[in-house]
Amino acid sequence: MTAWEDSRRPRIVKVDGDFPAERLRKIWEGGPGLAGWISSVDHKEIGKRYIVTAFVFLILGGVEAMVMRWQLGGPDQRLLSPEQYDQLFTIHGVTMIFLYSSPILTGFSNFLWPLLFGSRDMAFPRLNALSYWIYLASGLFIYAGFVTGNGANDGWFNYVPYASKAYDPGINIDVYALGLILLGISTTVGSANFVVTFLRTRAPGMSINRVPILTWGTLSASVSNLLAVPSVSLAFFLLWLDRQFGTQFFTASQGQPLVWQHLFWMFGHPWVYAIVLPAMGMVSDALPTFCRRPLVGYTPVALATVATMALGMGVWVHHMFATGLPSLALSFFAGASLIITIPSAVAVFAWTATIWTGRPVIRTAFLFFASMIVLFVIGGVSGVMTASTPVDWQLTQTYFLVAHIHYVLIGINVFPVVGAIYYWFPKMTGRLLNEPLGYWNFWTMFIGFNLGFFPMHIVGMMGMPRRIYTYGAQMGWGPMNLVISLGALLFAIGVMLLVINIAISLKRGAIAGPNPWSAPTLEWSIPSPPPPYNFAVIPTIESRHPLWEDWLNESPARSRLTEGLLLDRGRETLATSPLDAEPNLVLEMPADSFAPFVLTCGLTGAFIAALFHIWWVVGVGLLIVIAALVDWFWPRRVHADMTASQQGAADG
Amino acid sequence: MPNPAYALLASPMSYLRTFGPRADPATTLMWGLVALSLAVVAIITLLVVSGVLVRRRRGAVEAMASLPAERGSGGLAWFYVGMPLTVIALVGALAWTVAVLAAIDSPPVKPRLTLEVTGHQWWWEVRYLSPNPSWTFVTANEIHIPTGQPIQVKLVSADVIHSFWAPALTGKTDAIPGQTNLSWLQADRPGVYRGQCAEFCGVQHAHMGLDVVAEAPAAFEAWRRGQLRPAAAPVTAEALDGERAFVAHCGACHAVQGTDARGQASGDFIGPITASSLAAQAAALPARHSSTGGVVGPDLTHLMSRTSLAAGTLPNNVGGLSGWIANPQALKPGAQMPATYLSGPQLSAVVSYLETLR
Repeated sequence: MTAWEDSRRPRIVKVDGDFPAERLRKIWEGGPGLAGWISSVDHKEIGKRYIVTAFVFLILGGVEAMVMRWQLGGPDQRLLSPEQYDQLFTIHGVTMIFLYSSPILTGFSNFLWPLLFGSRDMAFPRLNALSYWIYLASGLFIYAGFVTGNGANDGWFNYVPYASKAYDPGINIDVYALGLILLGISTTVGSANFVVTFLRTRAPGMSINRVPILTWGTLSASVSNLLAVPSVSLAFFLLWLDRQFGTQFFTASQGQPLVWQHLFWMFGHPWVYAIVLPAMGMVSDALPTFCRRPLVGYTPVALATVATMALGMGVWVHHMFATGLPSLALSFFAGASLIITIPSAVAVFAWTATIWTGRPVIRTAFLFFASMIVLFVIGGVSGVMTASTPVDWQLTQTYFLVAHIHYVLIGINVFPVVGAIYYWFPKMTGRLLNEPLGYWNFWTMFIGFNLGFFPMHIVGMMGMPRRIYTYGAQMGWGPMNLVISLGALLFAIGVMLLVINIAISLKRGAIAGPNPWSAPTLEWSIPSPPPPYNFAVIPTIESRHPLWEDWLNESPARSRLTEGLLLDRGRETLATSPLDAEPNLVLEMPADSFAPFVLTCGLTGAFIAALFHIWWVVGVGLLIVIAALVDWFWPRRVHADMTASQQGAADG
Repeated sequence: MPNPAYALLASPMSYLRTFGPRADPATTLMWGLVALSLAVVAIITLLVVSGVLVRRRRGAVEAMASLPAERGSGGLAWFYVGMPLTVIALVGALAWTVAVLAAIDSPPVKPRLTLEVTGHQWWWEVRYLSPNPSWTFVTANEIHIPTGQPIQVKLVSADVIHSFWAPALTGKTDAIPGQTNLSWLQADRPGVYRGQCAEFCGVQHAHMGLDVVAEAPAAFEAWRRGQLRPAAAPVTAEALDGERAFVAHCGACHAVQGTDARGQASGDFIGPITASSLAAQAAALPARHSSTGGVVGPDLTHLMSRTSLAAGTLPNNVGGLSGWIANPQALKPGAQMPATYLSGPQLSAVVSYLETLR
């Protein structure tokens, strides 16, 4: 039970022509030019920037992978020196895991959440902008190290003592350490924003059992990030102290190298789930659209999403089976790792049942989503094999693991993401992607991926260790590696077809209209691309599928999409109660602001200066951060743009 | 093997087949899980593909806007059938896993032979332990074991984390600085079983191989007695010259028992290789007999009894030796062994000396 807490009671109005759209557009539209671009806090802008930036990192990580595949395509190749190879596999992992797979999902969630919730922005729009700018800055920071030859070179999980100053004396590891601490700030503020947005800004009537599964996925990932990211940020901070100030947290003589692995994987394993659960959510939401029926088992799937994340916090030791821990502990973590299969199986059966009890319409997006089920199962069963401790003693650190992680990350992240691009591109741009080219895109990626990555299981069982820059012909791994390299090339061509499709369709794609897929959720009730204010009035929701109610006819009640609360005294949206989504406050949303960008510049400057021990510059950077925060929190009349008479009229 | 499919999968590092009681139960379990995995993948793939083919809307579907949505029935039955099967498979996998873990966690009988294997960047130091100090000896990169009995392996590291792995005999156990991990292995039949470091440990992680040579107990005893002897004194003039040059240029890092080459350089010698540190080390080489340091390079007392050089990087013959000593950085870039700046005659003298170390 939540009562209306605001002194003001907004009117309920019907949308009528330009009313209230015209007025709302003036209120919500961003400023012109570069200044408007930098100061924008519009979640749709920020979401698209996240997606584009993450996609650029995907391409960079792919180019790095292709160079490595050239080196490994045959025995005794000499394209790369060992050090170059080490920096390449490290930056490839860092790019794909930190700079692509999580940010791309954050981008989709950023763009979609307020549209799915019938709201006008994220709960904290400036925090949202800050999250993006710091992400961009940390990516540039890490890449600046790489392009100057000072990239991290100890793999993405960066084990000590090799990562300590005694064995790795350059600034390589310091760049990585500070870069990840910086990125951790972005992830943390972004996650906090998602949690509050989920709990407080859903449209009236969108009770917690009516939200799209994507939002369950991103919520679970965000809660997990809030718990897990401190672990890795702390680990990298302690490592930086060890390296720069002679502390002994991770040294063998006075510290404990294994502590690094615990801290890293207490973060690292939940992170793996955080970068797949929102993507699984996309499939749970979009696959049913093409099957022309609701998802089978909404409640089990939503619960499974949360359960996966909760269990995912307790399996980190399965990355450390060979470190000499007692076998009782190993049995426990093997059990925990196997149990996590159960919620994953719930999702697989839900999707398969949705196909069998629906009538699928085959589109490119559907192909990506449906094929993901199979790739997900392959990545899942190879995960079961590695969860079995004695088997893992053989499989770990071989190409079997490389195969597993790529089936998980490409199968459960990239394939749904590309499907999501085909599905939501029309909402973002107003134009459809080209379908025939999409089929070519799908089949090239699907065949290339399996040709490139399935043989890695086999060459791994033939004993090929990961992270070796070359191997001798007598090892017998050559032919399989050539197949892998050719498959990877085909996969890369597939990704290029997507880029080409996007480039063509941005200008010439068919006009989409508001709802080209006849989909059930709120984002499809508004124009494509959505207006700056998203919804002219705040809709009221009566079911999980507001746009399918006439077809499903599950209750006499109908969601009201063109009649609702009028919130037009400035940038406003509605706050509702966490569980039942009963309206209880009008939220005054901030104007565009330079503070997030300025704060990021100051913070990044401080990190760069810390890398080189220029402490006075660190001080200046932190002063800029403080100045930006003062501006951020300075009390101001949010609705100062309204005249007194408008205010009075609205109050009346 | 006449079967080309088998030849395609053959590798000295393969664990598709294993040859001892430490590895075999896990291999059987692995094949069991492979079978289960392939069955699950086949079933789900079949269900997804047939579902799409059977249920898809045929003909051209131009506009989706006019396609109604309806809630088909029977969906939840998939959970009622699928979830119990999943749980049964997982409980079975877990029970089998725990059983195998218990079976291979420690050797079935108390091992009579214990080795201490030390991971170095980028080679393996192997110490045969014995309660009797005069029965203790050291070798490198090639582990000889008697067949038919468990061997205890104590794993330590001199620098960073390495992982000991001989796939046909045992899975991985990490060698972590500051702690001692235990593993064990047993070979049921004679043979040479290849191993390799399995934890990324720096630029030459790729060239950190080892061989486990399993021999019949009598042959192993003969080998052990040979290893316990100090190096025989060289006889030819060239080999004598070679010994002097070796002690002067190589003895700071490499020991040959019975000579002044003790291989005990000071601790600061160990560290990352850079161009300047290489030059500094080369300049300081003759002065490096120190009391405090650890082992820097492999013990070479019985070098010629080993089949390969530089941790499985090169064959151990005259050509391999000459090339390696002349320019180790070309063959294993970043390795801790610096260029030795020997003249041509010195080099061939050192090689002929090393050839006497049998």
